[in-house]
Amino acid sequence: MQDRPREQWGTRAGFLLAAIGSAIGLGNIWRFPYVAYDGGGGAFLVPYLVALLTAGIPLLILEYTIGHKYRGAPPTAFLRMSKAAQPLGWWQVGVSFVIAVYYAVIVAWAVRFAGFSINKQWGNDPDSFFFNDFLQVADEPGAPTSYVSGVAWPLIAVWVITLGVLLLGVRKGIERANRIFIPLLVVLFLVLVVRALTLPGAVDGLNALFTPDWSEITNGSVWVAAYGQIFFSLSIGFGIMITYTSYLRRKADLTGSALVAGFSNSSFEILAGIGVFATLGFMAGAAGVPVGELATDGIGLAFVAFPEIISNMPAGALFGVLFFGSLAIAGFTSLISIVQVVVGAVQDRTGIGRVPAVLGAGGVTALVSIALFPTNEGMYILDVVDRFINQYGIALAGLVVVIAVSWIMRKLPVLQRHANQTSAVPLGGWWRIMLGLITPIVLGWMMWDSLRTELSANYEDYPTSLLISAGWAVALGVIVFAVIMSVLPWKHGGRETQPTEAGEEAKN
Amino acid sequence: MSASAIVMLIIAIVVVWGGLGVALLLLRRHPDRPDEETQA
Repeated sequence: MQDRPREQWGTRAGFLLAAIGSAIGLGNIWRFPYVAYDGGGGAFLVPYLVALLTAGIPLLILEYTIGHKYRGAPPTAFLRMSKAAQPLGWWQVGVSFVIAVYYAVIVAWAVRFAGFSINKQWGNDPDSFFFNDFLQVADEPGAPTSYVSGVAWPLIAVWVITLGVLLLGVRKGIERANRIFIPLLVVLFLVLVVRALTLPGAVDGLNALFTPDWSEITNGSVWVAAYGQIFFSLSIGFGIMITYTSYLRRKADLTGSALVAGFSNSSFEILAGIGVFATLGFMAGAAGVPVGELATDGIGLAFVAFPEIISNMPAGALFGVLFFGSLAIAGFTSLISIVQVVVGAVQDRTGIGRVPAVLGAGGVTALVSIALFPTNEGMYILDVVDRFINQYGIALAGLVVVIAVSWIMRKLPVLQRHANQTSAVPLGGWWRIMLGLITPIVLGWMMWDSLRTELSANYEDYPTSLLISAGWAVALGVIVFAVIMSVLPWKHGGRETQPTEAGEEAKN
Repeated sequence: MSASAIVMLIIAIVVVWGGLGVALLLLRRHPDRPDEETQA
């Protein structure tokens, strides 16, 4: 098999922007503000920062170091770590595939809503417009019976652009796209925040978000929420940064970059909290209700609450374009990184070039996404898949990886030495304690908490058949996929090219 | 805004944005060494 030189990032800044673009996603804008508000407002800052420093950044550094040391997307990286660990890598690839197929749909909605904002097409009833007119959601969960072209065409466009960027490669595609989109995202969002802060009632929103309720500090579920927010927001646990750092130069810094990416992600979240709650404060004042009555998160916040606010706001059209444009860009740069995990894994294990890997693996991902989600059942499927792949894909795989690396393979000392060879911030014993002890305990706690909820009642009261087919079957299916892919006789990549710590160039 | 909300807003901004600033400074002071054999 012909070995190609491994692709590389052009510059450190380019890599950092791509890493930040991957970390900043939909969750920063539509999840953090509500989680913080719900978890004690200003007091939430304490568990949040503790979670960032004791789990978020240590895990980010772990992914950076694995990708850089073993020079491969997750299956190859874990195979090089230990032959038996390859399924962990494929598990992450499977999770990335599943997330990519529905994440792209939300980006497509955001693109459409940026357009709808111009003439406030949702009219007087944004809720009905979103679910009935735009998504054409069926009354009951079941088998899809109709295809929704209004969702399909922006989704196809999102996939064409995403695969187009990936076709251009790491440097000319991913890096260049992030060099354009991340500064653009920051500028758009700053304009949005300034506008939100100048609205009447903005102060009430900020009061609601930042007034501390210290009694929440002793509430265990607030700590679970803080760790969950950090974990999902940083996009750790499904191999993105393992893939991205495998394209770094041999002598590249790891820990300093991870700190910059981690703090950039949180900085953007704080900004999003200010922007979202200032806006909610305006609406609460206009409607004469307390801010807490309007506070919500996720799809309901973005596609129902915000359109209503935009309709009530002077120059709302501009605000709408800024908000949905930011959402689309934040989602798009994350989507690129998620699909790259799948593409990179196929490239590394088969030895095929980027173009066939993008068209093959990326093409299949796009086709599944386009076939399944622009249907009248797409919303139900998305909701259930999202819930189960987050809990029993990302978080569970994260837990298993941390235990396997720290306790079974006992690789933390080797990885620590590797990171310290080139990094700005030296790792000490604290890093091993965070990963070997605190992170597994917290992730295990999150898992237990989530399983308990799952078994006590059906998620969102959905029928059990839907939870089995779109939830449990998908989460378990990814694990079965990982095992099958690991036993296939790949002809390329892996143990024969195990790089040494001296840092010589890996072969593939 | 209430005093406690202002204090928490300031703390959030100083800690998180300050953390970003410090991380950027650390990274700037530690430029990557060039690889001996650079590959494209």
